[in-house]
Amino acid sequence: MKRAPSRGWPSTIIGVLLLAVMLFPVYWMVNASLQPAGNTLRGGWFPLHPDFSGYATALRDQGTNLVTSLVVALGSVALSLGLAAPAAYALAHFPLRGTDLVLFGVLVTQMVPGIAVANALYGSYNDLGLLNSHLGLILADSTAGVPFAILVLRSFMRSIPKEIIEAARVDGAGNWRAFRSVVLPVSANALITAGVFTFLFTWSDFLFALTLTTTETVRPITLGIYEYIGAHTNRWNAVMATSVLASAPAAVLLAVAQRYVATGTTSGAVR
Amino acid sequence: MFVVPAGTYLLLFFGYPSVKNVVMSFQQYTTTTFYTGAAPFVGLRNYATVLSSELFSQALVTTALFAAGSIIGQFVLGLAMALFFQRRFPLNGVLRSLLMLPWLLPLVASATTWKWMLDTDSGVVNDALGGLHLVSSGVPWLTGTSEALVSVILVNIWVGVPFNTAILYGGLRDIPPHLYEAAKLDGAGPVASFRHVTWPLLRPVVGVVLVLGVVYTLKVLDIILVVTGGGPANATQTLATQSYELSFQQFDFGRGAAMSNVLIVLSLVFALVYLRAHRRALHA
Repeated sequence: MKRAPSRGWPSTIIGVLLLAVMLFPVYWMVNASLQPAGNTLRGGWFPLHPDFSGYATALRDQGTNLVTSLVVALGSVALSLGLAAPAAYALAHFPLRGTDLVLFGVLVTQMVPGIAVANALYGSYNDLGLLNSHLGLILADSTAGVPFAILVLRSFMRSIPKEIIEAARVDGAGNWRAFRSVVLPVSANALITAGVFTFLFTWSDFLFALTLTTTETVRPITLGIYEYIGAHTNRWNAVMATSVLASAPAAVLLAVAQRYVATGTTSGAVR
Repeated sequence: MFVVPAGTYLLLFFGYPSVKNVVMSFQQYTTTTFYTGAAPFVGLRNYATVLSSELFSQALVTTALFAAGSIIGQFVLGLAMALFFQRRFPLNGVLRSLLMLPWLLPLVASATTWKWMLDTDSGVVNDALGGLHLVSSGVPWLTGTSEALVSVILVNIWVGVPFNTAILYGGLRDIPPHLYEAAKLDGAGPVASFRHVTWPLLRPVVGVVLVLGVVYTLKVLDIILVVTGGGPANATQTLATQSYELSFQQFDFGRGAAMSNVLIVLSLVFALVYLRAHRRALHA
């Protein structure tokens, strides 16, 4: 962090105001979640007497859904990084024929609307018994994580000097050993960046949850909220408490992994 | 081989669905198919039905308005914020990263909040507008046909501003400061230096942001399904929600596939534009 200049406080005030406007919906979500139950939809502007019953209801009804989301998101992180890291390394360091074609393909996959993927997968999932399963969701949700991780990791791995990889090779390490004991450790930051985003993509996924789960057995939290709106409009505080709980990971990751979020946003799009 | 696992995955989860969607779009593929396994080929009938339906032309217009409104809003506000955060002031970094929050939250969670905020009778938006005497009666944000489209555009703008700000801010930071000093020496004011230094040098990044905006907006489903459900009277029905409805509400997967193929083609057109802009951004 740069040292803050002593002047510029008026800009800070404008910045805080801008932010207050932009983050108002987030405040309103939290505020609403702390209002007492009822179907009036109307609450005070401030949670003067915070009421936590919304959270109690939310945790009781949606607790398992939160766990489902966590399992699916972590599974997708593992799968995406596991598939993307070796591919990114090869695309960055081996003079493969067709590298441009593969990269082109990876970029294009980011443009394919999820609804098209879901449409085609539904039938096959039905045949394979993957509907309503953690594995099915992990596989489908990774369609966001894998291409993103390949792009982020590749752009980072290209900056690893060839010399240190060659040094490992000279010491008798095979390609795979060099990858595992040299490339991966050096790429820790890029792996975290890709992992954080894959987690957020999957945790936030609504489309695949909506189309590839049809029962309550495996239901991610996003779908839980959606079903809640339909069924519990008389308990808005619980609906909003669920939204707060579903938003918590994003807020926490932003707080603890600020730097990675910033690099991920830019490198995923422009590099 | 290092690329084989990822390559296999991409083929299975992008290659296969793309091919399958093309095949399905020529079939009568419905719930019956799951029981009997029969999906008779019907030629171009799905396309004919889908493209000639009144709903399609309406959805096409809605999609265009939704995309144009969202992208203009996101871009203008995003650029304004990016320029603002270029100034040096205390807490700049903290505020800038907090600004990312709307973009990172699950869309369903924030869309649910907006749905509540935009409620005609008891939503906080009408409360505030009424309190400021800007409107005399409640605006039917979600129940009026034209208001509902404005509402989903507003929500989508809100979601997209942080991303636009972050990318454009990055672009602004890459402009060498000495160019601004030179412009100043030549007597350029803020407006002139924006026109002659900032804008030309930011152009490649602008291209990337706009095209990504189009591609992302074309596939938006969560916001519309949660906030308006495509209603009222299909006023917020886009190609994406149409495709979802055909496949997963009416269980006519053949027509859903036809619709999603239209969406893929549209996205790919913009993707190709993106890739050209992308290459230029890299070699600029």
